[in-house]
Amino acid sequence: MASSHGAPPVFNNKLIAWIDHRLPIFSYIEKEYHTFPTPRNFNYFWNFGAIATVMLLLMIVTGIVLAMNYQPNADLAFDSVERIMRDVPSGWLLRYMHMTGASFFFAAVYVHIFRGLYYGSYKAPRELLWMLGVVILLLMMATAFMGYVLPWGQMSFWGATVITNLFSAIPVVGDSIVTWLWGGFSVGNPTLNRFFALHYLLPFIIVAVVALHVVALHVHGSNNPLGIDPKGPQDTVPFHPYYTMKDGFGLMVFLIVYAAFVFFAPNSLGEPVNYVQANPLVTPNEIVPEWYLLPFYAILRAIPDKLGGVICMFGSIALLFVLPWLDTSRVRSCTFRPIYKWFVFLLVFDLLVLGVCGAHPPEGWYVPVARLATAYYFFHFLILLPVLGKIERPLPLPSSIADAVLKKKAV
Amino acid sequence: MSKPTPTKLSLTKLVLAGAAALAVFAAGTLATAAEDMPPLPKHEWGFKGPFGTYDRAAAQRGFQVYKEVCSACHSLNLLYYRNLQELGLTENQVKGIAAEVQVSDLSDDGSVIDRPARPSDPFKKPFPNELAAAAANGGKAPPDLSVIVKAREGGADYIYGILTGYVPFEKLTPQQIKEFSVTKDDHFNLHFPGHRIAMPPPLEDGKVNYIDGTKNTLQQEASDVVEFLAWASEPHLEDRNRTGVRVILFLLVMAGLMYGVKRAVWADKH
Ligand code: HEC
Ligand code: HEM
Repeated sequence: MASSHGAPPVFNNKLIAWIDHRLPIFSYIEKEYHTFPTPRNFNYFWNFGAIATVMLLLMIVTGIVLAMNYQPNADLAFDSVERIMRDVPSGWLLRYMHMTGASFFFAAVYVHIFRGLYYGSYKAPRELLWMLGVVILLLMMATAFMGYVLPWGQMSFWGATVITNLFSAIPVVGDSIVTWLWGGFSVGNPTLNRFFALHYLLPFIIVAVVALHVVALHVHGSNNPLGIDPKGPQDTVPFHPYYTMKDGFGLMVFLIVYAAFVFFAPNSLGEPVNYVQANPLVTPNEIVPEWYLLPFYAILRAIPDKLGGVICMFGSIALLFVLPWLDTSRVRSCTFRPIYKWFVFLLVFDLLVLGVCGAHPPEGWYVPVARLATAYYFFHFLILLPVLGKIERPLPLPSSIADAVLKKKAV
Repeated sequence: MSKPTPTKLSLTKLVLAGAAALAVFAAGTLATAAEDMPPLPKHEWGFKGPFGTYDRAAAQRGFQVYKEVCSACHSLNLLYYRNLQELGLTENQVKGIAAEVQVSDLSDDGSVIDRPARPSDPFKKPFPNELAAAAANGGKAPPDLSVIVKAREGGADYIYGILTGYVPFEKLTPQQIKEFSVTKDDHFNLHFPGHRIAMPPPLEDGKVNYIDGTKNTLQQEASDVVEFLAWASEPHLEDRNRTGVRVILFLLVMAGLMYGVKRAVWADKH
């Protein structure tokens, strides 16, 4: 849609014009965030990209200030987090914003991913955009896992022990890898130190991948709830002010829910035993990760073989990389896929079931349920998706976005 | 209106999905709660909820209970004597409380001396280290109580349950004695996981004589010391609640404004 990008903008301010002539950052902002032609029919699911970006920045800002007061030392870490909350001005706010922020960052990203799944945003020509998103998800998981180790509570310590131990499942070199990760013969001070260094580093790598994600997005523009390409100016609106204002509203609503947790129930999303200092001699009754990692933890434990469990757990995310090629349907949006639509909801339900299984010790009913749900997860991606695309009869697509929008209004 | 047009991802479906998710989680939690533990005693705490505050008088009495009973075994490492002023004690009262305690320090010539504590000193520990603490308590070190209310499932209700949940050996059923292999020397507690707890019943009717004349029943003492420990775990709770109410009001106004602006901007497109 080169036409609607129009001529390069003219800046009245001399300084801005001078800079822009040499380094066109202002033209870039103007082109990509102001006049950028965006489908006019977004629903509120399209807010979550902007929300996730804000949460990432919020994590970085609160994290840097926390890091100024935090002690990455096995003897001091636990108390230093409490000292931050008691003695640093507004330290309790920083810590609770960061702690609850991780949960809300994941929540926003999960909704964002669901949006992509439901409306087929991963299909051509957006495959790389989608794959960069999966890279972001993996980096977030690594960051959150290492961040959770920092307060050095019981769950920090034992979570780190369980997850790093997974690498010992690798044949031959497994044990050496684990020792290398730990920097010793168990999780200890060297582990805490390196996790802190990496926890500080990875968010900035996430920022870099987010930048690539946005560059890729702006090549072909956004998908939309109808999943059909805009055909001309009547199908789009400029990004600003239409979507800046809509994103602003969505962000405020999201922040209200987030603030309710930060201020009124900051510890409700975490495990109480993480307020007990790490103790290598006492194993907690149950070792569970934070809620956002539970489905993957359930997959890990559903497989009776250690190496198999590790492979399935990483495989469950690796599958997302090849999703664009597993889905054989040419129609993007589930709005026009009468059968597949219900399977997307079923997949969400399957992930919730996995989440519940991950939160409980693998005993009794949880074992067969977790196995079934794991099997279904892989069935969904490996069999259902390729086959259904071939046999499902999609509903007729509207001729254009404007057409569909105007028709809906007429009804 | 209702020909089978492509259905949009409607609000109803989202609500249904949400309800299904809730049902799954509820089923999950019920399954865990159904272990053999009796329900925790119900107790009204003034610090619960978004407008919660601590009852200063109760927390001061609770400090008296801690000082006279619990401090013999339990440390409160994260607290300083100066923090007690936040409970409404005056500077002089706090100085007096600190001065009753002897702490070791270095004199100007570098020799180790004992001196009365100052408000800027941390609470004194009952034992020099964890080994000593365990040795003096039948092998189980009494845990530090600084964040105990945040560190247990059930929070304040659980701590209150522990303090009031002892059952003397004579009152146990033969079945309980057998199932949990309780002997005469054990302490049986209804709410402790496994029921056999290394802590002897710390409180009873008349254990402390309150300075303010409040009736010293077991329930009163337990409730007061839990109020104190809740404050010790979350000293900024009131500040947090107050800030939270303001932040949320601000965000509500902002959301309303943004909604208005968004509607105005989109008016020509709808
Ligand atoms: C005689 C020493 C002693 C006194 C006095 C004492 N405790 Fe304890 N307390 C212990 C020991 C020992 C344990 C460890 C129990 C165990 O793990 O079996 C303990 C454990 C606890 C626990 C943790 C229970 C759990 O879930 O792990 C709490 C809470 C507690 N005490 C509160 C108090 C309070 C409040 C007081 C004062 C009213 C008090 N204690 C007085 C020795 C004592
Ligand atoms: C992708 C963004 C980030 C995520 C998802 C994330 C996640 C987390 C999590 C889950 C915790 C544990 C919280 C707790 O239970 O106490 C944590 C702690 C911590 N994080 Fe981050 N973090 C991010 C960015 C950062 C950055 C950029 C810094 C800056 C250096 C940082 C510094 C810290 C520090 C010092 C702690 C320990 C203090 C504490 O536990 O509260 N984080 N982080």
